[in-house]
Amino acid sequence: MKADPKGVLTGEHYLDGDHACSEGALAAGCRFLAGYPITPSTEVAERIAERFPEVGGIFIQMEDEMGSMAAVIGAAWGGVKSMTVTSGPGFSLMMENIGLAAMMEAPCVVINVQRGGPSTGLPTLPGQADMMQARWGSHGDYEIIALAPNSPQECFELVIKAFNLSEQYRVPVLLMTDECVGHMTEKVVIPPADKIELYPRRYTKLPPSEYLPFKPGKDMIPEMVKAGDGYKIHITGLTHDEKGYPVMNWQAQEKLVRRLVDKIRLHEDQLLDVEETQMDDAQVVIFSYGISSRVSIPALQKARREGIKVGLLRSIICWPFPEKKIRELANKVKAFVVVEMNYGQMYFEVERCVAGKAKTLLVPHGGGWVHDPEDIYKAIKEAAK
Amino acid sequence: MNATQIAQATEIAEHPMEGLLRMDRIPHIWCSTCGIGTAVTSFAEALKKSTFPLEKVCVVSGIGCTGRVAGYIKLDSFHSTHGRAIPFATGLKLANPQLKLVVFSGDGDIAGIGGNHFIHAARRNMDLVVLCVNNFIYAMTGGQTAATTPLTANTSTSPYGNFEHPFNLCHLAESCGAVYVARWTALHVRRLARSISEALNKKGFSFIEIICPCSTLYARRNRLGSGLDLMKFYHDNSVIKHGADTRELGIEFQKKIIVGKFIDRERPTFLDSHNAWLKHRLQDKFVEHGGPEC
Repeated sequence: MKADPKGVLTGEHYLDGDHACSEGALAAGCRFLAGYPITPSTEVAERIAERFPEVGGIFIQMEDEMGSMAAVIGAAWGGVKSMTVTSGPGFSLMMENIGLAAMMEAPCVVINVQRGGPSTGLPTLPGQADMMQARWGSHGDYEIIALAPNSPQECFELVIKAFNLSEQYRVPVLLMTDECVGHMTEKVVIPPADKIELYPRRYTKLPPSEYLPFKPGKDMIPEMVKAGDGYKIHITGLTHDEKGYPVMNWQAQEKLVRRLVDKIRLHEDQLLDVEETQMDDAQVVIFSYGISSRVSIPALQKARREGIKVGLLRSIICWPFPEKKIRELANKVKAFVVVEMNYGQMYFEVERCVAGKAKTLLVPHGGGWVHDPEDIYKAIKEAAK
Repeated sequence: MNATQIAQATEIAEHPMEGLLRMDRIPHIWCSTCGIGTAVTSFAEALKKSTFPLEKVCVVSGIGCTGRVAGYIKLDSFHSTHGRAIPFATGLKLANPQLKLVVFSGDGDIAGIGGNHFIHAARRNMDLVVLCVNNFIYAMTGGQTAATTPLTANTSTSPYGNFEHPFNLCHLAESCGAVYVARWTALHVRRLARSISEALNKKGFSFIEIICPCSTLYARRNRLGSGLDLMKFYHDNSVIKHGADTRELGIEFQKKIIVGKFIDRERPTFLDSHNAWLKHRLQDKFVEHGGPEC
C-alpha cells in the first residue's frame, strides 16, 4: 500500500537526523508515540508532538520508559502503528517490554539515538555501544531486527523500512542511530506519498470461530487482529499455544520460541542489507555502520591513494548479522578492519564469521567523539601487511 | 424414568458466567477460598448488566495471582508485564478511544512495581477502570511483604512482622485525581458488582480496591484461620461509610475495614483535554485521532 499523503512532507528539506526520523515515522503511517525525554533523542518526540495533531496522531509523554514501551505495544494491538524513541539509559528500561513485544509479536519501532555509556555516560555525545544490547538486551531467546542509518536522509528512509519490517515479520524493529547522525543536519529529500511503499498490517480474513492468533502462516508469521473487532483474543507474555493460551511445558516452549527465532533467522537472506564501497578488488574490508562508516571513508581514500586495495562493507541491517556475506568474503580477502564506537561488539560477530580465514582488526573508540580517520588508516595499513 | 426425564437429569446446567469466561481454561489456578474468583464474578455480573457492547471491552492484567484474570475472561484480554498493565491499557485506549479498558490486577502489580504508572494515569485522568485486588502480600511468589502489608503482619520476607507503613490506596487514588474511588471486600459481591457497573459507566480514571482473602499464605502465616474465617472477619469488621474522608481509610492489621464509595466526581479525561485544547490552539488544522488503517 502507498503512504497516506497527509503525513508526508514531500519536498527538499534541511533536517537533522532526529527530525528526519520523525518525518520517516509520519510517512510510514505511525500515529502513536509514547516516550520519555532523553538526550540526544528528544527532538524526535518534539517534532512528532508538533506534527501529530495535524495528522490525527496521538503523542503521550509517559512517566518513564517502561510505561512508554508498554503503551507502544498496547497501541499496536489497538490497531495503530506505534513507536517510541530513547537513548541508552531509557533503552535499558525498555528491555523488559521489548521482550514482551517480541513475545506478543507486536509490530512496533524503537529508535535508539545512541550516546556514550555505561550508565549516564555522555548524554550529549555519541556512542555505538548498545549494539549487543539491541540484540540480547531482554531476557530469554528471541530474534530482533536492527538497522543503522548514517545520514539524515537515511534516518528518514530507514524509519519507513523499520515500520515495514516490523509489520512483515511482526517483531519490534530497532533503529540504532547515534548522537552524531541524530544531530547532523543535511539535505533530506522526501518523495511524494505515492512513491512510498508501506507494508500493510497482516490482518486475518478468518472469522473469529476459525482464527488462532498465533497460528503461523507458511512464512512462520501469524496473522493479526486488533482489539475491539470481536475476536476475543487472549495475548500473553507467558509461553503460549496457537490459541494464545498459556502452556507451561517444554514442548510449547520449543514450538513457540523456536518459531520466534526462526522467523527471523530463516529469512536472513531477505534481511541482508549492506552497502559496498570499492569492494570489487578489495583485499582489506572495512566493516562498519552508522556514523563510523562515514568516518571510515577518508581513511579508505587515503589508503587507496597509496595503492592499498581496501573497500568498505557497511551494514544497514545490523541484526540479523550479515553472516553469510562475511563468511563468503572471508574466503576471498586478506583482512577485516572493524570500525565501531565501542570496545568490540559487532567486531566479535565479524571474528566469529571469519573463523580464522582472514585477519580481523578492531579500531575501538569509547564514544564521545568519532574516530580519527588516521587511526582507521593505520589499521588498514596494518591489515594490508 | 423416561428418555426425556433422563435427558433432563443428566443435562449439565450452563455456568451462569459461561459467555464471559473462557470455559476451555477452567479449572483456574487460584486456591480454594481465594477471593479473586469472587471479584471476577462481580465483574462478570457488572458486564452482564452493562449496555456496553462486549466486543469493545478489553481487560488488561499485569503479573501475579490477579494478573491471571485476563486469561479467564472471554473478552479481548492482555496479560502484560509486571506493573505495566496501566500503561499497556493506556496505549490501547489511545489507539482506539472506542474501547472500554479495564485493568484487573493485584496490589503488588498496581501499587508496588506499577505505582508510578498508577499515580500518573490518575493524574492524567486516563479513561480506565482499575480493579485492584488487595490481598496484602505478593501471593504468586509465596507471600512476601507488599506495599499494602499492614503493620506487624507476618509475611515470608517479614518473618518478625512488617514494620513498613503500607499505602492507603484509596487516598492515593483520590489525591492523584481519580474520579471514582470505592473499596469493597470479597464478601460484598453485590455492592462490588454495583460499583464496577458505576465505574464502567463513568468516564475517567476509576479505582476500586477489592480486599481479598488469601488463606494459603496471608491467613496461614498470620494464624487467621480458614478462608471462611476471613469472610466472617470481613462480615464482622467491615464498616460501610460512603463518602468517607479517604485519609481515614488506612488499613491496620485485623482492625475494622472501611468500605463504600468514597469519590464520584467529574474531571475532563486525558483525551477530552487533548482534543479540546488542541482544537482550541490549532482550530481547523487539528485532526482528531483516527489515523490511517495500518
